Amino acid sequence: MAYTEEELKKELETKEYEYGFYTDIESDTLPKGLNEDIVIAISKKKNEPEWMTEWRLEAFRAWQEMEEPEWANVTYKKPNFQDISYYSAPNKKPKYDSLDEVDPELLDTFKKLGISIDEQKKLAGVAVDIVMDSVSVATTFKKTLAEKGIIFCSISEAIQEHPELVKKHLGTVVPKKDNFYAALNSAVFSDGSFCYIPKGVRCPMELSTYFRINQAGTGQFERTLVVADEGSYVSYLEGCTAPSRDENQLHAAVVELIAMDDAEIKYSTVQNWFPGDKEGKGGVFNFVTKRGLCEKNAKISWTQVETGSAVTWKYPSCVLKGDNSIGEFYSIAVTNNFQQADTGTKMIHLGKNTKSTIISKGISAGQSQNSYRGLVQVSSRADNARNFSQCDSLLMGNRCGAHTFPYIEVKNKSAQIEHEATTSKIGEDQIFYCNQRGIDTEKAIALIVNGFSKEVLNKLPMEFAVEAQKLLEISLEGSVG
Amino acid sequence: MLEIKNLHANIDDKEILKGIDLKVNAGEVHAIMGPNGSGKSTLASVIAGKEEFEVEEGSIVLEGEDLEELSPEERAHKGIFLSFQYPVEIPGVSVTNFVKTAINESRKARGLEDMPANEMLKMIREKSELLEMDRKFLSRSLNEGFSGGEKKRNEIFQMAMMEPKLAILDETDSGLDIDALRIVANGVNKLRNKDNAIVVITHYQRLLEYIVPDYVHVLYNGKIVKSGTKELALELEEKGYDWLKEATV
Repeated sequence: MAYTEEELKKELETKEYEYGFYTDIESDTLPKGLNEDIVIAISKKKNEPEWMTEWRLEAFRAWQEMEEPEWANVTYKKPNFQDISYYSAPNKKPKYDSLDEVDPELLDTFKKLGISIDEQKKLAGVAVDIVMDSVSVATTFKKTLAEKGIIFCSISEAIQEHPELVKKHLGTVVPKKDNFYAALNSAVFSDGSFCYIPKGVRCPMELSTYFRINQAGTGQFERTLVVADEGSYVSYLEGCTAPSRDENQLHAAVVELIAMDDAEIKYSTVQNWFPGDKEGKGGVFNFVTKRGLCEKNAKISWTQVETGSAVTWKYPSCVLKGDNSIGEFYSIAVTNNFQQADTGTKMIHLGKNTKSTIISKGISAGQSQNSYRGLVQVSSRADNARNFSQCDSLLMGNRCGAHTFPYIEVKNKSAQIEHEATTSKIGEDQIFYCNQRGIDTEKAIALIVNGFSKEVLNKLPMEFAVEAQKLLEISLEGSVG
Repeated sequence: MLEIKNLHANIDDKEILKGIDLKVNAGEVHAIMGPNGSGKSTLASVIAGKEEFEVEEGSIVLEGEDLEELSPEERAHKGIFLSFQYPVEIPGVSVTNFVKTAINESRKARGLEDMPANEMLKMIREKSELLEMDRKFLSRSLNEGFSGGEKKRNEIFQMAMMEPKLAILDETDSGLDIDALRIVANGVNKLRNKDNAIVVITHYQRLLEYIVPDYVHVLYNGKIVKSGTKELALELEEKGYDWLKEATV
């Protein structure tokens, strides 16, 4: 069998979600709906101090006044926010000293994902803080990190143990009233990760968190806060997979990064939430606010491989406040079947001699729509700001769409802004050429897509690059044979 | 090695090949010549299994096995190699990576393990020297920004790496200057042996001065209208194709 483009498209559509299974773990779930009582209940369940409860309530009140945004190039049925349960924690929640104590079913879940903690533990230099639904279940490598003064824990724990750090930084980059979903997250966030790297410390290992939505009808609202103090360095990995569900699930996370003077944060994401089935039924709504603040000479790199979710709305951004600071955004976004992605970045140049780089690779297949949306803003004070943007789109078949919405706002004459964009298509000729060399169609697509994405894949830490390549293949190939 | 019998092939219901018979034995080099539109490239694509073309009648048999039901990749695994007239670009995939994937996929199909890295590297070094290729060339994206000559040289490099039983060179001389032509032809000649066969498709007899064929066939209007030895190529050079057209009308 050789393949015409028509057959190719069909095959792509038949790809099923590999991680569609459900772990049966007893959960402690709040009733559906959202009001001040629920917000207070969440805060209480987590044993939070009063200032935190107040913070949540303020966010909730602001959220009530806000409208759900409609400017993104996506169409979907808006979630009914009163039909969601805002808190769900695994019932058996003592912290474990060893893996033997962990619920075997949970371990099994991770095995299915191919990321068993066993493996992770052995993987040199990777500490894993796993978020199963909303509460951290196991934290490893903490001790090694503690010796360097690094704090890496769940945000709930940080609120208990390091309230002064959380209070000082939470909401400083993404204010609680920033946007509709950020406000919602601020009100109801259940857990997430917190990381603090002390002055001058280079974090000796990649910090890694795997997120996973696990309860039917449970939204997940993680909150991540990474603070890199002066002259420090950290590389943070975030991976997500969600089990198969018929109803849409809402995921509205907030990630805040703070890179103080001379600090560097590298934040890598592999996102593989359930994209919905081939008819476009189900799938995760992924409405995420990610933003980093760079002080003087600081650097923040966002690298993302987005293959999942039914609807994605995500713009990891950098506020280049300090002079000589650097922002980078490397992205691969894959959409198949009826997936819709509107993703990109904002580079806000405030300081002098600030630099930013944007490399975006969009891959669309099936009847999906893939949009890049990016803002490069140079303020009047930002002398000699420089930006380079490159947005490439790869199309498979003729029913999908690729869109680019670049916004450039420059208020300083010394700025240098470059924007490049290309659109290409995987052609029958390319496939036949590969076939003729003995490479079957499935492998050929993987090869072409990996080649197309190479500049971004190269930016991922080793441990992630392999997984990311695998995900690209899973997302686009499926049942050839 | 290869036996084609009464091959008829269509594209979009238009008949391009109208009854081709061709027998190629191991150790032989055959040249297929003919004017534009006579069906030369179609013949190459049909042997390689390109799906756009429908085989209406006849058969293609490689070493006793009918190829009809085999996909292009399965034919490649059996040892058929096509040097493309217009090689495609695959951005971001290096020549080395592409060749490595191609070799290992074929090995996998034959039930073999991946070729060990040191063996692969050694082979790459040998074959790239054979074709006088710059090492830097090997890390460039496949065919992206290659000159016409580089593309063709890269095709023959892949042929050298894949060691096919039957190699079909489709207009390999087009786009080559005289030096590159000599290098490519020299490479092909070194790859000739008693166990493989080569079919050279060309417009001009220029290439045949370097790759000397055992047999020459003239394809015109979907049929082989004349076969002969290498002298036929010279005759064509001198007289053009018109005298053959008249003979067949």
